[in-house]
Amino acid sequence: MRLDQMYQEVILDHYKHPHGKGLLDPFNAEVHHVNPTCGDEITLRIHLSGQGAGTVVESVSFDGQGCSISQASASMMHDQVNGLPLDQAMLALGEFQALMRSATEPIEPNEELLGDAIAFEGVAQYPARIKCALLSWMAFKDAAAQAAQANEHPNQVEGESR
Amino acid sequence: MIEALDVDRIRKDFPILQRTIRDGKPLIYLDSGATSQKPTSVLDAERDFYENHNAAVHRGAHQLAEEATDAYESARARIAAFVGAQPDEIVFTKNATESINLVSYSFLNATVKAALGRPLPTGAQRFILDADSEIVVTEMEHHANLVPWQELADKTGAKLRWLPLDDDGRLDLSDIDSIINERTKVVSVVHQSNILGTLNPIDVIGARAAQVGAIFVVDACQSVPHMPIDVSTLGADFITWSGHKMLGPTGIGVLWGRPELLAAMPPFLTGGSMIEVVKMEGSTFAPPPQRFEAGVPNAAQAVGLAAAVDYLTDLGMDNVAAHEHRLTAYALDKLQEIPGVTIIGPTDTSDRGGAISFVVEAVHSHDVGQVLDDAGVAVRVGHHCAAPVCRHFGISSTVRATFYIYNDFDDVDALVAAIRAAQEFFGVNV
Repeated sequence: MRLDQMYQEVILDHYKHPHGKGLLDPFNAEVHHVNPTCGDEITLRIHLSGQGAGTVVESVSFDGQGCSISQASASMMHDQVNGLPLDQAMLALGEFQALMRSATEPIEPNEELLGDAIAFEGVAQYPARIKCALLSWMAFKDAAAQAAQANEHPNQVEGESR
Repeated sequence: MIEALDVDRIRKDFPILQRTIRDGKPLIYLDSGATSQKPTSVLDAERDFYENHNAAVHRGAHQLAEEATDAYESARARIAAFVGAQPDEIVFTKNATESINLVSYSFLNATVKAALGRPLPTGAQRFILDADSEIVVTEMEHHANLVPWQELADKTGAKLRWLPLDDDGRLDLSDIDSIINERTKVVSVVHQSNILGTLNPIDVIGARAAQVGAIFVVDACQSVPHMPIDVSTLGADFITWSGHKMLGPTGIGVLWGRPELLAAMPPFLTGGSMIEVVKMEGSTFAPPPQRFEAGVPNAAQAVGLAAAVDYLTDLGMDNVAAHEHRLTAYALDKLQEIPGVTIIGPTDTSDRGGAISFVVEAVHSHDVGQVLDDAGVAVRVGHHCAAPVCRHFGISSTVRATFYIYNDFDDVDALVAAIRAAQEFFGVNV
């Protein structure tokens, strides 16, 4: 049954018991992203410390509502970027985006970078759901860029801890 | 006399309904509210136009140009007759969205030209807005009948107001006399809600609009394909609908307008075909409907839509409406028997069409839609381009099933079985 390829057990687990849900302080960027076709939305906070190559994702947290795919994806995204050097988090982002294109551009998915998100290989076969899966990752990308920018101008930042 | 539709015979006219989806499952198409499927006669009409009569309409001194123009104008006449109109009152557009923009831009263009003291057609005063003007819509509009009016208000300083929804998914008309008042210049209302299925009291709203001298626009996208409509008794000044929701091709929409109003409107899109005299210093414009059909028109699509009108006329629109009414009643009953399913919209069949939205407790609409798709049941999920309706009900999305002439009770049963399968798949205890 094709449904089982999409809704793997690990996806349903993350959906029912999400990681990183609930907005945390401190943070140096907060973004709100929506999927205009279905109305799903996510608010995501990021706390980056350090600068340049030494930047670390101290915490990522989110809130929002959406389908199992978008919610599970946010939970797995949290697991793959939280506490990591930003460089490494960006590699995970890149790998997940590549996974979402894999229906037309096949890849050998890097399990180390993707973690549980490797389970989204089946979702990549359903073009209508790729946006659901990408919602939180795109919010993370946006927030990371804003936070990195803010860290270069610390005087303008609220909630900065270092 | 109402005759039952022979759905088995009808289905044979729709090639796409013979195919299978998702590993060999029969297609149960319950998304006609988004776009309908097309019978062979419509496909043949479009193909015949291109194969045998293709030429640019209203141009050319050759036989093909004559035939193409005849085909296009004959299509206009048949489509006009379908809604009780005269041919010259029918403007072809690309879809209903464009039709509504045509009307809203007529207000904007009249307002801008009047402010500059430019000449306007006789009667254009009714289209001139100022900061005291008000525009009225409803809280259940499709974005296509909301955003153009928001933009018009934004550009002119006019105020946008709306008739609110009640919690049954019907309009609350208790304040209609203050919401539609002497400052109201235009009232634009959906006939049948695409998300709730509600049929609105066009006569009541139209009477109030007429009382205050406001122009009354009816978005008939979900009514013209599904029930008999006669513009001579509807009470509207304009109605609009899209061809693709009524068995016709994409790329063809219709605007019907009262002839004196069409004549009073400055043009919307400008260019070839819509002009009278063109000089370097300026131009004058053709009478309606040509004034509103700039460029080489979508003739093959108009011909296709006329074939769709012929197909529906053969079935009889009274019979179409009765068929959908029976399906809707059956579906409302069956859906409400499923624990955890809540209908968003009227739960009885009075003043209600065959668009049924619902939510399934503890399963997101997208996930419901995915399981339905896996069972071969095609529905729409999301906000259905009516986000304010979802906001009113405190939800982000619904699952929507819509019915048409090729659907039968079996399709409703398949829908119900697939919803139960979704509940089981996601471990919802009901």
